[in-house]
Amino acid sequence: MHCDVNTMNTPATIRASQADVNLRLTAEEKIGLLRQMLRIRRFELAALKHYQAGIHMGGFLHLCTGQESVAVATVSLCGENDHIVAGYRTHGQALAVGMTMNECMAELFGKATGCSKGKGGSMHFFAPDKNYWGGHGIVAGQTPLGLGLAFALKYRSAKGCCLCFLGDGAINQGVYHESLNMAALWNLPVVYIIENNHYSMGTSIERSSAFKECLAARAEAYGIDWDRFSGEDIYEVRARTWAAMERARNELRPTVLQIDTYRYYGHSVADANAKKYRSPKEIEEYRRQHDPLMLWQRRLSEEGVVNDEQVEAFDAEAKTEAAEAVRFAETSPLPEPEDIFRDVYYEVDRQTQAGRAGTFFFND
Amino acid sequence: MAAITYRKALNDALAEELAHDENVVIIGEEVAEYNGAYKVTEGLWKRFGDKRVLDTPISEAAFVGLGVGASMLGIRPVIELMFWSFAFVAYDQIVNNAGCIRYMSGGLVNLPLVIRGPANAGTNVGATHSHMPESILASNPGVKVVCPATAYDAKGLMKTAIRDNDPVFVMENTLLYGETWEVPEEEYLIPLGVADVKREGSDLSLIAHGRAVITSLQAADILAREHNIDAEVVDLRSIRPLDEEAILQSVRKTHRAVLVDENKPFCAVSAQIATTIQGKAFDDLDAPVMRVCSLDTPAIYSPPLEKLQLPTLERVVEKALSIA
Ligand SMILES: Cc1ncc(C[n+]2csc(CCOP(=O)(O)OP(=O)(O)O)c2C)c(N)n1
Ligand SMILES: [Mg+2]
Repeated sequence: MHCDVNTMNTPATIRASQADVNLRLTAEEKIGLLRQMLRIRRFELAALKHYQAGIHMGGFLHLCTGQESVAVATVSLCGENDHIVAGYRTHGQALAVGMTMNECMAELFGKATGCSKGKGGSMHFFAPDKNYWGGHGIVAGQTPLGLGLAFALKYRSAKGCCLCFLGDGAINQGVYHESLNMAALWNLPVVYIIENNHYSMGTSIERSSAFKECLAARAEAYGIDWDRFSGEDIYEVRARTWAAMERARNELRPTVLQIDTYRYYGHSVADANAKKYRSPKEIEEYRRQHDPLMLWQRRLSEEGVVNDEQVEAFDAEAKTEAAEAVRFAETSPLPEPEDIFRDVYYEVDRQTQAGRAGTFFFND
Repeated sequence: MAAITYRKALNDALAEELAHDENVVIIGEEVAEYNGAYKVTEGLWKRFGDKRVLDTPISEAAFVGLGVGASMLGIRPVIELMFWSFAFVAYDQIVNNAGCIRYMSGGLVNLPLVIRGPANAGTNVGATHSHMPESILASNPGVKVVCPATAYDAKGLMKTAIRDNDPVFVMENTLLYGETWEVPEEEYLIPLGVADVKREGSDLSLIAHGRAVITSLQAADILAREHNIDAEVVDLRSIRPLDEEAILQSVRKTHRAVLVDENKPFCAVSAQIATTIQGKAFDDLDAPVMRVCSLDTPAIYSPPLEKLQLPTLERVVEKALSIA
């Protein structure tokens, strides 16, 4: 697969940097975006190391390494009435909305101090207090949830929108198409963001999807606006996602965005074929030429916003924070066996009247 | 006899049936070029080609339904679900179409279809990926459900499932894929609806299916060694059709039954077995029928805790001792 992605200083990226939403960014905010990306990368590298050690973590670990800019740039546009729901490759969004490394790492370690008290694992992070509604393991299962969050916003006349993330492979689930139809029919403020990393597990988009122009263009059949752009440039992602969010907030119209990006690691850490269905050369090329952290860093130093020493310091800080999160996770307690039965029913947890009538659990 | 893995046994069964009948086709996510998410279909695409082994998009409702439709014209699709947990995305196709069409057509339409894949918890993949739908699917007359516990059973049941003329759902287990058992070189088939006594005993019956059979065998060892109790282990192998006679025979001999079941207890496979025993062998019982199921909540992620959620060896032994 060739990389038809913009490099720096093409007319498009210069235009994007001059978009209002980017001109408004202070130097500090720009640095903040860089630090967020560094944090996500360091968090995932630490998680990877401990997953491979094979002691505390189980199940799957889907890394978004290489895709950080998409989460960071889009989430940076969210206000108090904007909501987020995503798939299982979700560490980036989770940290971007402000979840702490500690609670995320502890979740991976299955600890009681994890964001889901050790009940959800890597694919199932949640932080409703940060308008972040998960973390969903079933491919495209979150797409109607995005519709529902948008419905609730509209119902309450809240001027906001829902960003619903999905993968390039998820667009082939029926429920996504049902959701698009209803989003258009009911004028719901939802922005579907297809994070196109070119593969669903070992299947390239060409082998999984029939499309004319691009994946997002299917929206046209529903009369939904769509856009496609590269995820490697923060300015571009912010400018074009902002347009979709404003359309949702102000006109109650959905949008489908396709943001092209790339994952460096396998589908999950257990992906035995990670370097078979794509060439090591392809991976190297992305890492060397299209790495969103490197590109943003370069841009900010061109703008005179940061210098290399500062970036090194930020990176060291992120690394330390990740190491501390690992320590926090390691030393945190496991859930108690009784906790297995908590959080199943609201009414039972609170022992309301409804929670006391009838048998809820059928143990031997 | 050579010792091969459960995975290889399934792989051999698929290869043999692909070679045996040109109408057999394998369809599913990552089954061809990737060699299967769990490598069950390894090498099949290379050997049998694009026509016989097909990768799909992530569209379970479509490709399961496609399998049902193709089976109407005599194709014998073997549909892989990467996890049986994803069956819910295709539930209408499985329950309404695979399950009811033959009946609604007055027997005019036959559906020789297999759906297969792992259906187990215990690997810390979270609640969405840890469903064991054998009880809810077996509650639909019109479909068949088998849950092999060993490589030998996996191969024999898979081959029979593919040759069967009704929809058969084969539920495998990722925790067993790498385990090895003796499997004969020569061809064999295992009929559906025939249980297997995996260990003879006279004091108590442990009745189980899938990986719970392995847990039961280990429990039987402990009961014999440490408690001088001679437990029999009955492996149901097939959930529907169900070998009621084998269950009753064992209970008539031992007069005590502990049902070991990785399902959640409510309307589990073991609930059906319990009703069979109390209805048909009540007078033979010297103790109430007991069950050891998974703890009754969605699957917890936390690895040490999920271990406790499945029927543990300790719980099985303890339950057996409570009625022995
Ligand atoms: C309904 C369902 N089918 C299959 C899977 C297994 N699965 C998990 S992720 C995945 C690939 C998804 O690819 P894509 O949508 O491109 O997202 P990416 O992993 O690239 O972020 C598959 C097949 C699943 N979780 N849910
Ligand atoms: Mg993808």
